[in-house]
Amino acid sequence: MKAAVIVFPGSNCDRDIAVSLETAMGAPPAMVWHGDADIPKVDLIVVPGGFSYGDYLRSGAMAAHSPVMGEVKARADKGVPVLGICNGFQILTECGLLPGILMRNASLKFICRDVYLRVESNDSLFTSAYGKDDVIRIPMAHHDGNYFSDEATIERLEDNGQVAFRYCDETGAITTDANPNGSLRNIAGIYNETKTVLGMMPHPERLAETLLGGTDGRPMFDGLVEALG
Amino acid sequence: MKARVHITLKTSVLDPQGKAISHALGALGFSGVDDVRQGKYIELEIDETDPEKAHQNVQSMCERLLANPVIEDYAIELDG
Repeated sequence: MKAAVIVFPGSNCDRDIAVSLETAMGAPPAMVWHGDADIPKVDLIVVPGGFSYGDYLRSGAMAAHSPVMGEVKARADKGVPVLGICNGFQILTECGLLPGILMRNASLKFICRDVYLRVESNDSLFTSAYGKDDVIRIPMAHHDGNYFSDEATIERLEDNGQVAFRYCDETGAITTDANPNGSLRNIAGIYNETKTVLGMMPHPERLAETLLGGTDGRPMFDGLVEALG
Repeated sequence: MKARVHITLKTSVLDPQGKAISHALGALGFSGVDDVRQGKYIELEIDETDPEKAHQNVQSMCERLLANPVIEDYAIELDG
């Protein structure tokens, strides 16, 4: 598998995801600067976390229109898998690759802690190494992660099985108390219609090595390598 | 000419920041504030002199960047 990581001014998880990918792939990913309109031929594109363009206007709004995103959209339309984490998820919604928007957390606080996620389905490139309904512990660190979309869109996501992860408690129960940011239906991550684009607010790359205190994020990267060769 | 754009959250969207402001006003002793909604205000200096074209132009800016149609409405005023 070959991968590219897009780097914006203000990205700060690009190095972390590069390490996770390299561990899984055995070779480093290409780091692509946002001003480049070209991306090498790769099997996976990652839009990493951070604070691209200082979150000006709305989180992800500026990055969504940077030169490289036109190419990311074109590749995604051809079926190249795209993974957006945290700010990457915000960018993917702003550029229209995923529906809805990430609003300010309901508590208005920046929240940085581990949360539990329930794997809603494992029939995607990203989640094939997890079991359905697995409960995984993944760190979150964001101010704008409150997933919102209109009711018709939410129903469509549910009907098509496009909800990838939901915030849950340690036992996997989807409760209001386990919802850290007010997201509709505890949504922590969603797919596009073909499940080749995944956006998620929590950071699997931050718990992908024993040294970091956990490895629940690791199967995502191992599963991608397994699926994409 | 100058374009003034007001961006507001759709009425169907909860506004936790507005709610926090409302509580803070109450704590400061301002009574009788039933609801607060927070939005954005953007001023643009544009070259266009034809108001109709200017409006179209700014509307396109709102749709593509300034506002997010999932949660926001916008209103455009022109003068000059």
